[in-house]
Amino acid sequence: MPHTHETGAPARPPVDALLSYPQFLWKALGVATDGGLMFYAWMTALTAVFLVGVNAYTWQLVHGQGVTAMTDHVSWGMYIGNFTYAVGLAAGAVMMVIPAYLYKDRETHDVVIVGEILAIAAIVVAIGFVSVDLGRPDKLWHMTPWIGRMNWPSSMLTWDVVVLTVYLLINLHVVGYLLYMRFLGRSPNPKWYLPFVFVSIFWAVSIHSVTAFLYSGLGGRPFWNTAILAPRFIATAFVAGPAFIVIALQVVRRLTSFHVGDGAIRTLISILRVTMVLNLFLVGSELFTEFYTGGNHTASAQYLYFGLHGKNALVPWIWSALTMNVLATILLHVSSAHTHLWRIDIACALALLGIWIEKGIGLIVPGFVPSTLHEIVEYLPNQIEWKISLGVWALGLIVFTLGLKLAVAVFTNEMRVEPSKRNS
Amino acid sequence: MPEISRRTVLKGAGAMLGAAAFARAVAPASAWVANLSVDEFLQRHYKELSRDEMAAVLARLEAETEEKYGVRVQIQDVRPQPGVQFGYALNLSICIGCRKCAEACQIENNHDRRTNNSYIRVLEMQKGSLDLERGTAIYEHAVPQPDKFYMPVQCHQCDNAPCVKVCPVDATWKESDGIVVVDYNWCIGCRYCEAACPYHARRFNWTAPEIRGEEINPDQSYLSNRVRPQGVMEKCTFCLHRIRKGRLPACLEVCPTGARVFGNLLDPDSEIRWVLANKRVFVLKEELGTRPRFFYFFDK
Ligand code: SF4
Repeated sequence: MPHTHETGAPARPPVDALLSYPQFLWKALGVATDGGLMFYAWMTALTAVFLVGVNAYTWQLVHGQGVTAMTDHVSWGMYIGNFTYAVGLAAGAVMMVIPAYLYKDRETHDVVIVGEILAIAAIVVAIGFVSVDLGRPDKLWHMTPWIGRMNWPSSMLTWDVVVLTVYLLINLHVVGYLLYMRFLGRSPNPKWYLPFVFVSIFWAVSIHSVTAFLYSGLGGRPFWNTAILAPRFIATAFVAGPAFIVIALQVVRRLTSFHVGDGAIRTLISILRVTMVLNLFLVGSELFTEFYTGGNHTASAQYLYFGLHGKNALVPWIWSALTMNVLATILLHVSSAHTHLWRIDIACALALLGIWIEKGIGLIVPGFVPSTLHEIVEYLPNQIEWKISLGVWALGLIVFTLGLKLAVAVFTNEMRVEPSKRNS
Repeated sequence: MPEISRRTVLKGAGAMLGAAAFARAVAPASAWVANLSVDEFLQRHYKELSRDEMAAVLARLEAETEEKYGVRVQIQDVRPQPGVQFGYALNLSICIGCRKCAEACQIENNHDRRTNNSYIRVLEMQKGSLDLERGTAIYEHAVPQPDKFYMPVQCHQCDNAPCVKVCPVDATWKESDGIVVVDYNWCIGCRYCEAACPYHARRFNWTAPEIRGEEINPDQSYLSNRVRPQGVMEKCTFCLHRIRKGRLPACLEVCPTGARVFGNLLDPDSEIRWVLANKRVFVLKEELGTRPRFFYFFDK
């Protein structure tokens, strides 16, 4: 994980902290490439999927995005859908930060780093998906402030790029600083990370609201042009983030010596019980408004849920999503973390998948169907898009795994500064 | 000791394998990289180019077209004239839906032939309804059908253009004579503008356009009909390479019914002003507040 912010951080004595940094990086490299058979198998598999994605992407780069299933009618698809979902995952991670820091839940505080690492990995995924969606990635520099020609503040996309980058930097700083201090065997100085943590809470909401505004600001697309979009984005984010972490925490507990208390998991489950119901409520409000009002504005929702003029490619998707979300909500409410943790895990997996559909393909594609001239051209991702998308997710999981590995090594004192250097 | 070295050797081997696999995976990109030119990569935004720089860019683009398509073309940078605001109106009472305008657009603007691209889509609409839902762009029968009317849609050159508002890099903007243009060399291909446009007026170059050298219209301009690169957005410019030199748009010239009226909105004696003052005029999706420069009207 590249980060340099915290090197200039609390220095007592300052020289020491600076001099040990290369050692930290070197040891981190060791930890990242060292592990048991399981670890190697997992990383090899991820790398293989990633490379398949890279290969498909180069194909797309050479031949143009005509190799995807997108058209002038449905001009965003799988990539932008996944982008939206990944931003939600990143924002949802904050649901761990809030109990840990605002409500001082000790057990959550002990493992909050998992949430912060998830935020980093998810932002990497989000940026990956916007990048593979660009027709001219070679011109990306046009968006850099001052050097290029950023259309700020008019374009919501420039806002999104700014808030996502800052969110990434904040989380890199917090994670990097905490790990490094631990590595040095010092207690972290709250001055150097607490303000960032609080900013990150506010920032998490901002990244996902701005992402919603990308779509909801477009008057020509009635399906997106609704004020409920941003609240819905936040609600789904606060389901997806905690759901992912609940599963991740149990994996960490099983496979490493890192102590994960039940308390953290229970806190997340309580959050999920609320956010999932909230999400269903918002879905219901939207469906009511769409279908009770009727008229042309309902055409996209009609297409999504029931098909329009015999075209119904998304109908099985959205009903699966809805079923999964409802099932997950029920399961979560009738299961106890003490006795039936596995049921909770199934609920989390269902919610993750349900929201992935609802907020990915299920949100982006109906925005374009019917088109602004009311033509109905359908879209489902093709093989190239699947390969590239899986590749981007594999990259995210690689980042997440390595981040966790490093954190566990530092927190379990497996990775520590050499004493001779510390006192020099 | 031997244990450690074995592990290190294995790690090294793994790293090398990974690197080799990566090299293989990206191998096809070499063709793409070979096509990148440093000048193209570093080219500044249209509005930041001096006259000399622009001349160099135009020469480079002409050479590229000749190399790729084997034809000599002339690419000019035709600027707006002062005191001119373009407007376009279309008479729905007499348009017969023959789609000659769409064809002319394809030829004039050097569109991709494989996808039969054009900036104009003609909708066949149900008489008695302006509901787009009841129209279709796909019809193959003889025209005009008695119970239908025909509504060609192209870029409306909105005064409050959503596409301009959303572009993250200012690659698309409104010129002083009202035409919305794209700098094809500055666009990053994010397609945000295509999502924002309420009139389906923008087209993306999903692949490099396919067009035979002898079909290329050699009279080109930087901001309009030059052959576009792969991966960027394009759109109707009312044929600005023609109108800024006092000619009419290609779609108007070819229209057999005279349904199309084009002119300078600032000229009180122009036909377009007469239409706006005397006909029942409307704009499409007025409720969106886009303020189009493209008007529809009925005779009776
Ligand atoms: S596709 Fe090009 S012109 Fe359109 S918004 Fe993106 S950068 Fe701007």
